[in-house]
Amino acid sequence: MTTPPVRANSRRNTGPGGHLVQRIFRGVISLAQGLRLTMGYLLHPARVVTQQYPENRATLVLPPRFRARLVMVRDAKGQHHCTACGMCEKACPNGTISVLPGQDGSGKKILGKYIYRLLQCTLCNLCVETCPFGAIAMGQDFELAAYDRQALVLVLHEERQGTSS
Amino acid sequence: MPAVSSRAPIKDTTCAAPPMRPAGFIRSPAGDGLTDEYFLNMGPQHPSTHGVLRLVLRLDGENILEVVPHLGYVHRGIEKIGENQTYIQNIHLTDRLDYLSAHSNNLCLCLAMEKALDIGVPERGEYIRVMVCELQRIQSHLLWWGVMGMDMGAITAFLYGFKEREPITNIFEEMCGARLTMNFFRPGGSAMDVPDTFIPRVRGVIAHLKPALDEYHTLLSNNVIFQARTKGIGILPAASALAYGCSGPVLRGSGVNLDLRRHFPYSIYDRFDFDIPLGQAGDCYDRYLIRLEEMAQSLRILEQAAAAFPTGPYRSKEKAQYRLPRGSHYAQVETSRGLFGVYIVADGSAKPYRIKYRSPSFANLMVINELVRGHKLADLVAIISTLDLVIPDMDR
Amino acid sequence: MPQPMPPAAFPVTNFLGDLIRAHFAPPMSDLLNGLLAIMALLAVVALTPICLIWLERKVCAHFQARLGPMRVGWHGLMQPLADGIKLLFKEVLKPEGADTFLFFLAPILPATASFLVLTVIPFDHHFQVTDLDAGVLFVIAASGLNIFGVLLAGWASNNKYSLLGGIRSGAQMLSYEISLALIMLLVVLLSGTASLREIVLTQQGTVLDWWICKFPGFGALAFIMFLISSTAELNRGPFDMVEAESELTGGFTTEYSGISFAMFFLAEFVNMFASAALATTFFLGGFLAPRFGLAALDGLLASVPGVLWFFLKSYGVILCFMWFRWTFPRPRVDQLMALEWKIMLPINLGLLTLGGLFLGLGWIAP
Repeated sequence: MTTPPVRANSRRNTGPGGHLVQRIFRGVISLAQGLRLTMGYLLHPARVVTQQYPENRATLVLPPRFRARLVMVRDAKGQHHCTACGMCEKACPNGTISVLPGQDGSGKKILGKYIYRLLQCTLCNLCVETCPFGAIAMGQDFELAAYDRQALVLVLHEERQGTSS
Repeated sequence: MPAVSSRAPIKDTTCAAPPMRPAGFIRSPAGDGLTDEYFLNMGPQHPSTHGVLRLVLRLDGENILEVVPHLGYVHRGIEKIGENQTYIQNIHLTDRLDYLSAHSNNLCLCLAMEKALDIGVPERGEYIRVMVCELQRIQSHLLWWGVMGMDMGAITAFLYGFKEREPITNIFEEMCGARLTMNFFRPGGSAMDVPDTFIPRVRGVIAHLKPALDEYHTLLSNNVIFQARTKGIGILPAASALAYGCSGPVLRGSGVNLDLRRHFPYSIYDRFDFDIPLGQAGDCYDRYLIRLEEMAQSLRILEQAAAAFPTGPYRSKEKAQYRLPRGSHYAQVETSRGLFGVYIVADGSAKPYRIKYRSPSFANLMVINELVRGHKLADLVAIISTLDLVIPDMDR
Repeated sequence: MPQPMPPAAFPVTNFLGDLIRAHFAPPMSDLLNGLLAIMALLAVVALTPICLIWLERKVCAHFQARLGPMRVGWHGLMQPLADGIKLLFKEVLKPEGADTFLFFLAPILPATASFLVLTVIPFDHHFQVTDLDAGVLFVIAASGLNIFGVLLAGWASNNKYSLLGGIRSGAQMLSYEISLALIMLLVVLLSGTASLREIVLTQQGTVLDWWICKFPGFGALAFIMFLISSTAELNRGPFDMVEAESELTGGFTTEYSGISFAMFFLAEFVNMFASAALATTFFLGGFLAPRFGLAALDGLLASVPGVLWFFLKSYGVILCFMWFRWTFPRPRVDQLMALEWKIMLPINLGLLTLGGLFLGLGWIAP
C-alpha cells in the first residue's frame, strides 16, 4: 500500500507562533483551556473512577477467566478429577507443581499429594490448559500475601473450599 | 556562633576512594577550563517511573556534556532461562520483557514458530491478533502519555492516562484473565477464544477514547509551557537515528518512514487502512505528537477490524510438541516501542538452543548522547520521556 | 479619603476581652490587647495548615478523578492530624558537617515571615493585630525572610544538591519578589495609602469598586500578575522546580526531617494563606461584603460577618493556587527567569505607568 505518510505535526500550528503579542495571547488561551478541563473534573464528583478497596470486597466481581492462584476443581459430591497423570507438572515452566501419585486399594494409580508452590507460580495458565480432565483451574482469590513462606506451599487436594474462592 | 564538631570525623578505610573520573566517559574535557565539570548520578532509584536505569552525567553547570547509561539492574537472564523452556513455555517469558507490549511480544515469538513450522492461522485468529495488539499499543501509549505529563510536572495527566487505560485492561482481563502478563497468543492463533463481550467492549473503548484524545491535546499538546519544554529539544537527525538502529516513534520522529506494519507486514495488517504519522523536526514534540496520532490510527484499525470480525476457529490444530527444525528463525513485530525481534537458533529439539530478543528500547537508548548535546538538565527528563524506554525490555 | 465605617459589635470577643482586662490594672490593657491578638493569630496560624493540608489533598484528588483521603476520619478530615503526629515522631537528623545554628535556624524563618505578614492583614474592621501606616512596606520586608530561610537551608545542609536547589529557589523568589512589589506598589498608588486597612476601605461600595474592577481591564491583569508572582514566591504550582527537580537536585529541604521539616511544610501553607489574604485585601475588597446595588440582596449579604467574607475570598484564591498547581506542567528554570525578567517585569512597569496615568487624568480615584 502506498498511502502517503501523514505529517504528525499538524498540531504544531495551533500552538504559539507568530508575533509576540499573538504568541502571548494564544499561550494564555491554551492555559485557560487546560484550566477549564481540570475544573470540569473538580465540579463533577460523579467522574471519580476509583473504587474504595478493601471496603468494597463484598461487591467485587472478577471476570470468570481471572487468573489468580490455582485451585482444584470439585464436583457437587466434593470429588476432584485429578488422576495424577503429571501433565501439569511437565507443562509448568518452573517446577511449581509436584504431583505425587499414590495407590488405591486395588493398586490403581490415584493422586497421592498435589503440591503447589505459590511462591514460584507465574500464573501463566499452562497447567490448566494442559490438564485433560479439567481437574485444576485458576481461581479468583488474589489476596495471597502471607507472613510465613510455608504458608505459600499449598497442598491442593486437601483444600475443601470448593472450586474457586 | 561557629559550628564546633565535638569529635574528629571518622575515616572510612574499608573501601578504596572512588575514582576521580567515573568509567565510560570518552569525550575530552569541555572548552575553556574556566568552569569545573562535575559528575552527577541519576541513580537506579528515580522518582520518575521509567524503571531502574542509572545515568551518570557529566555536567558543566546546568549544561549536559555527556551521558553514560549503566544497564543491567533488571537483568533476569530471560534469554538464558529460555534455553531450558520449551517454545510454548517461552511465550510467558516474553510477557515480562516489555510488559507494556506483552501481547505484541507473545505474537512475535508465535510468528517465529509459525514461520519455522509452517503453521497457518485462521481468519478469526488473525483478527483477534490485530485487534489485541492494537489495543495493547493504545494502552501502552496511554501510560507513556501519563508518565510524560508527570515528568513535565502535570501530575494530573498521569491519572487521566491511567483512567483511560482501565477499560482496555478490563478487556484483557475478561479475555485472558490477566492484566499485565498475558500469555494469550499461541502458534496458530490464541490460547482461547475471545468472549462475546469483546466486540461491544472494543466499540465502547473506541467511542470513549476519541474525546479523551482531544482532552489530552487540550491539557498538554496545546499548552504553551509544555511546548516550550519540548519544541526544539532533543533533535535527532535521520541519519543518526538509522545509524543507531532506532525504531518506532523515535525513528519516525526524524522523518524516516518505516513502520513494520506497513513495510514488512505481518499477520493481516496489509488489509487495514491506516496512516503512519511522521515528524519533521525530529524533536521531542514531534515524537510526542506521533504517539498521540498513532493512538488515533490504532482506533481506526480497531474500527475496521470490529466491523469485519469473522466467526470460525480461533486457532489452527494444536501440536503435541513444537520442535523447530535445525537452523535459525527470525520474526519481528512493531511494538509500541519500535522493532521487536525474536531470533531463535534451533537444534531440532523441543527447547531452543539459543533465543535472542532484539530490544527496541536498547537501540533507542543508545542515541541519548546525540540528543542531550547542548541541553540542560531539565531537558534530559523530556528527552528520556519521549524515548519511551521500558527498562526490563533493555535489560532482559 | 472615605469615611471610616462604624465599628461593628463583637459581643463574644468583647466579653472575653473585658473578662481578662478586669483582672489587670487599666495601663496594662494595651499590652494585654496586643498579647490576646497575637494569641488569636497564632491560633489561626496553627489551624490554617490543618485545613489547607486536607483541602489540598481533597482538591488535588478531585481534579484527578479520585477521592483522596477517606479513611482517617469522615472523608479524611483527621488526615492532617495523622500527618502531623507522624512528623512529630520522626527523628530530627543533622548531617555531619552542617552548620548547626544555621541548620536549625533556617526552618524558623519562613514560619516567622508568614506570621509577621499575617499581623498586618485586616480580617475585619477591628480584627487586625496592628494597622501600620506603612503596612505594604512591612509586608514586602517580612516576605524577604522567606528567601533568607531558603538560602540558609540550602547552605547549612552541607550538601551539593541542597545548595544548588536552595540557590535556584532563592533566585526564583528574589526575581518574583520584584513583580510582587511592583503590583503592591500599583495598588498603593491607586489607593493613595500604604495601610492595608485603608486599602480595603477604598474598595467600599459595590463589587465594581473592588480594585480588580475599579481599574478597568488592567485591574484584572494586575490581579493575575499578582497570582502568578505569588505562586512563584511560594515555590508552588508550575514553579516548583525545587520540589520537582528532586530527581537531580534534592531541593533545600532534603536534609530536614521531623519537626524541622514540619516547620517548612507549615510555613508553605501559612504563606499560601498569607498570599491569598494579600490578594483578597488588594483586589477583592478584603472583609467587605459584596454589594450589588440591590437592597434586599445587599442586606442579606451584609449580615454575614466580614471575617467570613474574608475567609471565603481567601479560600477562593487558594483554590486558584491549587488549580494552577494541578493543571500545568512546569517550565525550565531559565524559562522561568525569562518569564519574570522579560515578560512580567515590563508588563508590571507598564501597569504602574498606566495606573499613574489613569489617576492623573482623573479617570479613577481611590
